[in-house]
Amino acid sequence: MNKTLSNLITLATLIATPVFAASQEKLTVYTYSSFASDWGPGPKIEAEFEKFCACDLEFIALDDGVSVLNRLRLEGNNSEADILLGLDNNLMASAKKTGLLSEHNIDLSTIKMSTDWQDKTFVPFDYGYFAFVYNSEKLTNPPKSLKELVEQRDDLKIIYQDPRTSTPGLGLMLWMKSVYGDEVNQAWKQLAKKTITVTKGWSESYSMFLKGEADMVLSYTTSPAYHMIAEGKNQFQAASFTEGHYTQTEVAAVVKSSKHKKLANEFMSFILSDAFQSKIATGNWMYPVTDVALPEEFNQLVSPTKSLSFSSDEVAAKRKAWTKEWLISLTD
Amino acid sequence: MIKFTDVNYHYKQQSFHFDLEVEAGSVVAILGPSGAGKSTLLNLLAGFITPVQGEIKINNGSILKQAPHQRPLSILFQDNNLFTHLSAYENIALGLHPGLKLNAEQKLRLHTVSEQVGVENLLDRLPAQLSGGQQQRIALARCFVQDKPILLLDEPFSALDPVLRVAMLKSVKSLAKLQNVTVLMVTHHIHDALSVASDFVFIDRGTALAVEKITYLNTTHNNKQLVDFLSAEMNR
Amino acid sequence: MPLINPLTVFVRLLKPVQIPGLLLSIGIFLFVLVAVNALFAYSPVLEVTAILSDPYYRHITTFSFYQAALSTLLSVLFAIPISHALFRREFRGKALLLKLFATTLVLPVLVAVFGLLAIYGNSGVLAGIFEYFDSILPFSIFGLNGILLAHVFFNLPFACRLFLQALNAIPDKQHQLATHLGMKHWNKFRFVEWPQIVAQLPHAAGLIFMLCFSSFATVMALGGGPKSTTIELAIYQAIKFDFDLQTGALLALWQICICSVLAVFIQKLSRSSSLTANYQGPKNTFYHDSWLAKCWDFSWIIVISLLVIPPLLMVVIAGLNTQFFVVLTDIKFWLAFKNSLLIAFFAALIAVSCAFFILLASRQWRLIGLNGYADKIEMLATIILVTPGLVISTGLFLLLRDIGHFSSLALYIVIAVNALMALPFVLKSLSLPMLHNAQKYELLCASIGVFWWHRFYWVEWKALRRPILQALCLSFVLSVGDLSAIALFGSHNFSTLPLYLFQLLGSYQMQSAAVIALVLLVLSVGVFIVVEYLFKERRTQHD
Repeated sequence: MNKTLSNLITLATLIATPVFAASQEKLTVYTYSSFASDWGPGPKIEAEFEKFCACDLEFIALDDGVSVLNRLRLEGNNSEADILLGLDNNLMASAKKTGLLSEHNIDLSTIKMSTDWQDKTFVPFDYGYFAFVYNSEKLTNPPKSLKELVEQRDDLKIIYQDPRTSTPGLGLMLWMKSVYGDEVNQAWKQLAKKTITVTKGWSESYSMFLKGEADMVLSYTTSPAYHMIAEGKNQFQAASFTEGHYTQTEVAAVVKSSKHKKLANEFMSFILSDAFQSKIATGNWMYPVTDVALPEEFNQLVSPTKSLSFSSDEVAAKRKAWTKEWLISLTD
Repeated sequence: MIKFTDVNYHYKQQSFHFDLEVEAGSVVAILGPSGAGKSTLLNLLAGFITPVQGEIKINNGSILKQAPHQRPLSILFQDNNLFTHLSAYENIALGLHPGLKLNAEQKLRLHTVSEQVGVENLLDRLPAQLSGGQQQRIALARCFVQDKPILLLDEPFSALDPVLRVAMLKSVKSLAKLQNVTVLMVTHHIHDALSVASDFVFIDRGTALAVEKITYLNTTHNNKQLVDFLSAEMNR
Repeated sequence: MPLINPLTVFVRLLKPVQIPGLLLSIGIFLFVLVAVNALFAYSPVLEVTAILSDPYYRHITTFSFYQAALSTLLSVLFAIPISHALFRREFRGKALLLKLFATTLVLPVLVAVFGLLAIYGNSGVLAGIFEYFDSILPFSIFGLNGILLAHVFFNLPFACRLFLQALNAIPDKQHQLATHLGMKHWNKFRFVEWPQIVAQLPHAAGLIFMLCFSSFATVMALGGGPKSTTIELAIYQAIKFDFDLQTGALLALWQICICSVLAVFIQKLSRSSSLTANYQGPKNTFYHDSWLAKCWDFSWIIVISLLVIPPLLMVVIAGLNTQFFVVLTDIKFWLAFKNSLLIAFFAALIAVSCAFFILLASRQWRLIGLNGYADKIEMLATIILVTPGLVISTGLFLLLRDIGHFSSLALYIVIAVNALMALPFVLKSLSLPMLHNAQKYELLCASIGVFWWHRFYWVEWKALRRPILQALCLSFVLSVGDLSAIALFGSHNFSTLPLYLFQLLGSYQMQSAAVIALVLLVLSVGVFIVVEYLFKERRTQHD
């Protein structure tokens, strides 16, 4: 009932908004749908920022991180976006190549990550590690390495995402590539035998996993935290792989054609503030990039022994070829 | 009143040439074998087709530049005379105003003519609810409300049984006399011509071979094709 | 006979009423060419042979043909016994069943997909039954299976209707002759009924093949991965996922080439007839009956009913669930609903108006026997059948993106593309009625002097009200259910009902998806009912 009421109020405000919006400056942020959804960190962050800046912040929700970048490319120089939020480290080089992003000039010293962040265009807002999540009540002996999952475990059924549309999917492709190198074709074929389906986005595959349609799903090491904290369920765990886990750092950048550069830069600084970062752990279920306090349950999560990643430039150069490898191994 | 002067027309492989005159107030039967050009003559007069050469005059004024609806004539076809989706009233009213907006005077005329034709109590019906004869009478009413001095009939009653057909023709004749209308009717039936017409035009192979008073329509005529045609028709 | 310049003949034969239609038709053709060209402009080198050397593209080309061929085969093959059974048997509800057959082809694709998922999917009714017996579903609906199932669902009823119509056209005398000669089932089928079906086969098969080959939303929803991808889907993926305009343009060219060849091939093969809503066939045609024949016929009728009815029923049942009010009070739903209505309404209006003017032009030529010109002008306007809708919308956007912002352009582009996509169907459905109207009344109007507005209102509109309104409803429903025009433009802020449904399916919110599917179904069917009621014939007394 509360939701209905709030929706009706939103409807009323939407109708009334044109009258008010004219007076306030509007900052438009393109992001992916789960960030901007009601159960994501978006609404709370929007409320905090609007208090801070006395402006109107609007999230435009696109399907996923890749779509965010592609929408900007489609719109070109006449885009309405001021900020792109939700690209990841693998997309950084391609994004820079478009020439549609501008540099920020904010202070990066509060960032506390394993590597020093120097990039002038992008500001990181969270990071995580990819992992295969399983139900420990149903699967009692999870694979201990990626190689074990691919080569030996024919008893398992998995779901993962399409590398062309989903950043976790892209992460898996890069993960496989970093473990298998040139032998990856054979590995993909072996993995295909256990794959129920390849979904377009993360939410679809995770929902299918929760419904019991697969034993393991490609997700993050932090996914179990959601079940522990929000649902009080402890059975969902991430499998720890000996080769290490592929890292994903999610970033934001200012759009060059933005007409609200000053406000945009304020938002970029805001990303590193406590007000924003404190919403990440239990809103986006990822690790914050600054020193904010983490909920206790995060200590129970799998901590990778090695974090794998390719440089963004290498990804930009090789991604198409590697994706083709994946496509071809699946279609033969 | 109607004068065709050296009118030439071509269609596919056929050529037509007409040179004739029609007097005002007459009822002219247009006869001839199939494909001879009877309907072509009417179509030229009505304005659906244009001659390549020649002159057509009505009351000494050329009508060649006039569109069909501007010419001083109304026409009754063999079929498709009525709009099947409109009522009898609406069909007749279209003759008075193309937008069906009638003033009081027009409405009166409509009812008067409907009475004269005998369709006054059929006005609310759709054509599908009327017999063949009734439909043609509605169409006839539309022709007469248009108040044009010439009426063209392109075998409109050929689908009706012989008794009804002759009755319709007789009523056309009397109405025409009442309103001073010149009638040109294409017909296949010699008997119809003999009973109703005052003059006849015999057309064969694209040209009018005889244009005379009806009394000359018999086998003693000096035109051989006409005599052949009459014998064939009368022996049926 | 002096030599006549064909151009002067053409101009002399041109009537003023034909000019808007002629301009529109040529305009539409150029419009599409320009839009497609905008996409090609991004590809410096358009080497179609590059496609043939790439193993992935070879695979999707083969797959596109394969799934279309298989779908066509299944649809047409099964339509033969089913239409034959329907022809021979009368039963209560036959008219309703046949009406239902008429809807499957225009139903929003995702509604049907949802219905099929609800029954044959991994968490559907069939899976539940298997689970009850402690086993699992032996097949997966994702992949070729699902695509074939959906295509057969759409096209088998359509083929049945075509064949049934042909069978109904057999004159009574032939049936009497057959009985008199003592022909029983197989012989009668061989000599009397089969020739009628065979005459329709090329046309039906050709049309169904084209529809399946360019099928987009079905493959997108049920494809399940790279293995089951068609060329049209690959274009979408290239542009949307990689923003690879070059590949997109290349694949688009490839698709257009193939479709053009197919279209020409089909034109040559088939003699099309208009599909009427007349389901009445001759009564008492079948004098030799047997228990075996009865069983045979009714089994087929049950098969087709089981194929068509349950998914639609499931849409209704699944839609009335606990999420019903939650979804209906969500602002996102109303925004999507509003957009759907706006787009469908204007697209329908534009499509029918354009079709009307184009047909005004073409029928004048048909009246004087120039069928060639008439066919050409109608064909120009149906160019959309060989060009993927999303190629046109992308091209348009690329052309216009420096002029306007995305949010303002997107709506207009989607409306325009939807209107274009409905145009061929509207042309086909209005062509014969308008021609007949002209054949009946052209001379009459000329002689009484009914022209322009009067002619339009009193003669065209009043006589053709039914076909025109049906064409409006048809294009409305086609637009309401369309996914391809908006596929590249949709976001969570600008969506339509099908896109919203697709997003919900994508995040596995099946209950909410069910509600949207039900809304779409009600909207599609409701439009026809409401319009028919609003414009009912009301006889008024004359004054």
